Amino acid sequence: MPKAIRSVNDFVIKFANVNGSGSASANEMFARAVMRMGVPIATRNIFPSNIQGLPTWFEVRVSEKGWPGRRGGCDLMVAMNPQTWDKDIASIDPGGYLFYDSSKPMPESKFRSDVNVVGMPLTEICNRTYKDPRQRQLFKNIIYVGALSALFDIERATVEKLVREQYGSKQQLLESNIKALNLGYAYAKEHLAGLCNLKVAKSGAVGNRILIAGNDAAALGCVYGGATVAAWYPITPSTSVAEAFAKWCRKFRVDPETKRHRFAIVQAEDEISAIGVVIGAGWNGARAFTATSGPGISLMQEFLGLAYFAEIPAVIFDVQRGGPSTGMPTRTQQADILLCAYASHGDTKHVLLFPEDPRELFEMAALSFDLAERLQTPIFVMEDLDIGMNDWLCEPFQWDDSRVYDRGKLMTAAELEAGKTFGRYLDVDGDAIPYRTLPGTHPSKGAYFTRGTSRDRFAKYSEDGAVYVDNMQRLLRKFETAKSLVPAPVLRRAREPARYGVIYFGSTSAPMAEALVSLEQAGLHLDTLRIRAFPFRDEVADFITAYDQVFVVEQNRDAQLRSLLVNECAIDPARLISVLHYDGTPVTARFITAAISERLQIRAKEAAE
Amino acid sequence: MTYLPKPKFHHPALPKNALGFTHRDYEGSISTLCAGCGHDSISAAVIQACFELNLQPHRLAKLSGIGCSSKTPDYFLGQSHGFNSVHGRMPSVLTGANLANRELIYLGVSGDGDSASIGLGQFMHCVRRGVNMLYITENNGVYGLTKGQFSATADRGSRSKAGGINNDSPLDLVGLALLIGATFVARSFSGDKTQLVPLIMAGLSHNGPAFIDVISPCVAFNNHPGSTKSFEYVREHNEAVNRLDFMDPRQPITVDYEPGTTAEVTLHDGSKLRLAKLHADYDPHDRIAAMTYMQQRASAGELVTGLIYMEPEARDMHATLNTVDVPLNGLSEKQLCPGSAALEKVNASLR
Repeated sequence: MPKAIRSVNDFVIKFANVNGSGSASANEMFARAVMRMGVPIATRNIFPSNIQGLPTWFEVRVSEKGWPGRRGGCDLMVAMNPQTWDKDIASIDPGGYLFYDSSKPMPESKFRSDVNVVGMPLTEICNRTYKDPRQRQLFKNIIYVGALSALFDIERATVEKLVREQYGSKQQLLESNIKALNLGYAYAKEHLAGLCNLKVAKSGAVGNRILIAGNDAAALGCVYGGATVAAWYPITPSTSVAEAFAKWCRKFRVDPETKRHRFAIVQAEDEISAIGVVIGAGWNGARAFTATSGPGISLMQEFLGLAYFAEIPAVIFDVQRGGPSTGMPTRTQQADILLCAYASHGDTKHVLLFPEDPRELFEMAALSFDLAERLQTPIFVMEDLDIGMNDWLCEPFQWDDSRVYDRGKLMTAAELEAGKTFGRYLDVDGDAIPYRTLPGTHPSKGAYFTRGTSRDRFAKYSEDGAVYVDNMQRLLRKFETAKSLVPAPVLRRAREPARYGVIYFGSTSAPMAEALVSLEQAGLHLDTLRIRAFPFRDEVADFITAYDQVFVVEQNRDAQLRSLLVNECAIDPARLISVLHYDGTPVTARFITAAISERLQIRAKEAAE
Repeated sequence: MTYLPKPKFHHPALPKNALGFTHRDYEGSISTLCAGCGHDSISAAVIQACFELNLQPHRLAKLSGIGCSSKTPDYFLGQSHGFNSVHGRMPSVLTGANLANRELIYLGVSGDGDSASIGLGQFMHCVRRGVNMLYITENNGVYGLTKGQFSATADRGSRSKAGGINNDSPLDLVGLALLIGATFVARSFSGDKTQLVPLIMAGLSHNGPAFIDVISPCVAFNNHPGSTKSFEYVREHNEAVNRLDFMDPRQPITVDYEPGTTAEVTLHDGSKLRLAKLHADYDPHDRIAAMTYMQQRASAGELVTGLIYMEPEARDMHATLNTVDVPLNGLSEKQLCPGSAALEKVNASLR
């Protein structure tokens, strides 16, 4: 028997449950209790494409250091699902713990000799206490939360306060939940004392950070960014963006006097219609967005080309899941990069934003509407499912009240009246961004006909090759202008001069910082660049050429960002080494550390020979 | 098409409407459709209707999909913003435009390929959502721009110019519009301007989803014997259920009608319609009866035209969504952004 793992504020606990058993809210309450103790957490919900019956897991990483990524491994398994028992038991780190329902005797062969067993007769306690079968199931979850609190030394009052916050308005539910919590807590104190050496000790490490899921933050960013029209079609993992937008709008966008809505949300008949509504609204001057996932982007292709060519503002949230086809609809990936960057037929290029966590997602969501109107083009906010659907501990949101929305180049009735020349596709300012007018602006000036067909600088239909080329070249120049407007990449230098660099983006940010610490401890120093947008600013190519080689860490099979870098920055592919993780789970620090150090050791060996 | 542009010069004696606009102010670019195309007559009817309605041209937005019919918004209302969007997807674009600014009038122009085939879903969902618009299909039963394939509204047994027989059942857009909740449904014929103009005027004034299916023969590919969408065939089988007069409230009523042969309908903007009943017992306010009647007459081989159904007190999508009266595209930061103090409270609730 290896030594039992001992740790304070640094371990991973995993809950294995049956989907639809009511475990999610109990597990989240446990995680939040750790956070209320002041100890940072990183949670991952690993769920099936299913409503009831299939296995689901919830992972809580307790991390005094505040690492937001998945660590990998498991120190304590709360094994509540007989279907996955064997696999769950096998996944516990040697010396780790198994917490299980001991109501029924189990053969010894079902356990591991190198794992510490903490059994609690949960079903028995529930059956004794509750008559209603549904209550027996639901309160079992709260009972184990109570027991785990006792095992980890989480203050009972902290958990009780959370229960009160959740059920405060429903007296009966509140009392029965507190009763269940106390039942579990008391049992563990009496029967399980000393069985677990994983502890949560009060800390100040959380600081003023907040816990929120990316989709929730994105929706809030849309409210702050002035979005008034949302059109969407239900698809995992983006549905909660639209639902959260409705929630925040009910809170912030209802006229206090008339109770009328300063927003419109349309659940469309499909993603094609959803993007059509967004384009119609954007054409008519409302800030509009849709939220979808890969399959939805596939359906929107034709419209995206129109919006690019006719130059119409639109914001698209793509919460990326495992593809292709239906793929792994509830698992995370970063595999829509090329699909979005070059969406639609013909020559197109689109602006992409890559948020690293919910806080940045909030900011990019708000920013995307400014960019869409300034550049008069679709803006893609590329979320990873890992960010969108998991609660992240992140810095609090901030807003500058002096901020003014950038409505872009809108020609006014007064300017038209004063005789200012209006050419819808005329580059007046040299930045390749033309002026537009909104329908209804002026009785006799500034009207034009929007079309996806080729037209001249004054929006007159034309199939003249030179006129077409003139317009396509301007669109390219406009994309150059976009470079100066999108968020700059974030550079981090190693403590010692580095010969190798690392490029990463999106949710990979979470494990990357941690991986760099491990690599540094092994004497491997790497400079890093976190890409936050496409088109790539000049700093990106400069970064790549400054090193012998650069690792590009991505969560897809085909190294899509690498392809985009090679293509757009005219980079020799040999300069870029891919580190790819695409099994649907978020990439871990352990994986990145191993992949990079292995390759660097091979390089070192080659150099020595 | 004609290559002779009309001079911009306005004859001083051209009649003006109440806003001081002449016909010419409602015209657009020169049509590039075939000479004699039914669609050009519809464009002329739109121009006439807007002139007579005293519409400010810039307060109307015209949207279309792809196809011959969808080209026509370029040929009328040159002072209005237009949007020639994606094949079959105009309804969603129009929906979004309408959400952004509820104060404009929205005219959707489409065809049978655009609305009955590739865009059938969008057409139906836009109508059932109650978008305030006038949606016109210029229905000729044929794909013109790609040279003569049958469309989904072609009747079973009708013959193409190349000699093929259509074996598929036709989609009846009027029947569908009735079924899914359009609150103004009409059918007309591009060759009957006196019937079509008042219908367009009424449709534009209607508050809610208004739909007019206009049979509009394609002179190039569907105007031959054996076609059920030719000028000749439509004239022979046209059964008008009523005649509509759009009444200017300022004009005295001078024509006397036999009692019981007319009905008056007041629209939400106060204007009135006078309906001359050609079929004494046809009631255009009874949706179910209208659906039954249309089925009966269709099986008798008749093409029913006129105002088929109208709900005077219709609601639109904005009423359903409970949006503010002012256009959403005009709201300011102050009305849209909750600000930093509210955000601090949000932060506090997430700890």
